[in-house]
Amino acid sequence: MPLKKTVPEMQAIAKTIRREIIEMIGAAKSGHPGGSLSAVELVVTLYFDAMRHDPSNPKWPDRDRFILSKGHAAPVLYAIMAECGYAPKDKLNTLRKLGSVYQGHPDVRFLPALEASTGSLGEGVSLGLGMALTAQLNGSPFRTYVMLGDGEVQEGQIWESAMFGAFHKVDNIVAIVDYNGIQLDGFVKDIMEIAPLAAKWRAFGWHTIEIDGHNIPVIQAAFKEASETKGKPTAIIAHTIKGKGVSFMENNPKYHGTAPTPEEVKLALQELQ
Amino acid sequence: MTPTKPKFELKLGMATREAFGKALVVAGRENKDIVVGDADLSKSTYTSLFHHEFPERFFSCGIAEANMVAIAAGLAYAGKIPVVASFSCFVMNKGFEQLRVTVAYPKLNVKVVGTHSGISIGEDGPSQMSVEETSLACSLPGFVVLSPSDEVATTALVLAAIKHVGPVFIRTGRMKTPIIYPADQKFEIGKAIELIEGTDVTVIATGLLVAEAIHAQEILDAEGISVRVIDIHTVKPLDCDAIQRAAADTGAIVVAEEHLIDGGLGVRVAQVVAETHPCVMEFVGIHDTYAESGAPEQLLDKYGLIARDIIAAVRRALARKK
Repeated sequence: MPLKKTVPEMQAIAKTIRREIIEMIGAAKSGHPGGSLSAVELVVTLYFDAMRHDPSNPKWPDRDRFILSKGHAAPVLYAIMAECGYAPKDKLNTLRKLGSVYQGHPDVRFLPALEASTGSLGEGVSLGLGMALTAQLNGSPFRTYVMLGDGEVQEGQIWESAMFGAFHKVDNIVAIVDYNGIQLDGFVKDIMEIAPLAAKWRAFGWHTIEIDGHNIPVIQAAFKEASETKGKPTAIIAHTIKGKGVSFMENNPKYHGTAPTPEEVKLALQELQ
Repeated sequence: MTPTKPKFELKLGMATREAFGKALVVAGRENKDIVVGDADLSKSTYTSLFHHEFPERFFSCGIAEANMVAIAAGLAYAGKIPVVASFSCFVMNKGFEQLRVTVAYPKLNVKVVGTHSGISIGEDGPSQMSVEETSLACSLPGFVVLSPSDEVATTALVLAAIKHVGPVFIRTGRMKTPIIYPADQKFEIGKAIELIEGTDVTVIATGLLVAEAIHAQEILDAEGISVRVIDIHTVKPLDCDAIQRAAADTGAIVVAEEHLIDGGLGVRVAQVVAETHPCVMEFVGIHDTYAESGAPEQLLDKYGLIARDIIAAVRRALARKK
């Protein structure tokens, strides 16, 4: 059953998720805030609009799947799963601590409601293709969504999987690139340019949509367009802002993988009131 | 000179890769959840047989092993029993990161089959030869690692691997292989087979070297040396009881494998021996090198992987035992 929310409700949830991301990573004293904050609207729209899923039945065979291929953005996934009821909200601040269900990168051994263990970049589309093929073989209606980082597409396996998806006409998968322009060492354009990214996915045979990855109605329309696209997989290039919502984190490579200090947590939470 | 010609020849059967391809079709008829992927080598790995009979359950992955392995993981997450095959060197080396993070780490029900293992692939040379696949496979927590010695063992172990829930690697070879077992021989994952009883020394072998161990035993037996021969078809988990018994009963163990000695069956057996019943050990395998092009028989001879080399190792072991 889809957990349908209105756009204003989703915008409010997005703000809650951002606060939880800051609190979790602040408490952990390590983690990746920038790429979690950039993906918030995309993930909220998936879990509260686009995806068919049922938190009371997490292993429902026909549920839509979400794979966070950019596994370092685990905090945004944990926060949304807690918001839906798949995971305990009161334990979010145990992120990265020994024995926590909220491991540093998503780990199905600790949180079985996750769809996949991820963290080594480049693997998520392949995993998603395996799930999407299963849906086709079983005649199941479920769709598979995979979120990638922009730096992640530098991995060669992404393009192996892109070729496979188009060749085998896997039209029940959507790859979403969180194109925030920053990776660990700096700006993507300075580390290994990936532009023109939409043209690359098109050339690999994917129906490709470029959107503002913070505009919920636009994101909704893109997922709808993907679901109506037959005979080829869909790539959504979502232009986003790294660190979105916290002024001093926005577009700042430092916050790819640096936790906010207690002082910065306070400042960030004030901005996210 | 030690004679290298055995008293009698074992009958030559099919290659273990071909036995795998045929067994996979049999398994596919029984179990509709089996899905097969191959990376442009299906005619060599014999997954082409499965492709022919079940085209809707076969996925051509192109020459892209990393993607193939991770797609198998996705299929397994969603409840399928994926089997992916390629030459051992390609699937294990190019797919290793994906085997580690997407298959072994969540312990998924994926079956990985490496064909053309060892140097007996022959003329194609070292870029296509695998001398480290067993070491790599054993380093993946939770993996079962199978190394059948003939077509009978391969057929039985492929079917056992499909029934086993969890990740499995099966090592097969290119060459036609002598038939060691009767058609009705029973195989159990993790249970070594004591082929020949003996009391002076034990030869523990796997894969192609099992037939060589049998030949070595025949020659040594004629000299009055009593050799126990054990086929370790499951390299992981090892049959620790059989190894401990061999160490206790015979006091000397030779391990023979078509693999680098570093990280291979021998060092794994040595660990069990060290932990349970220390005894003299010798190792027949590839010594820290890559091989070269040549006929398989020439390569096995040059790199010291035939009965003659097992016999020499037995003599060294017996000399040290005294």
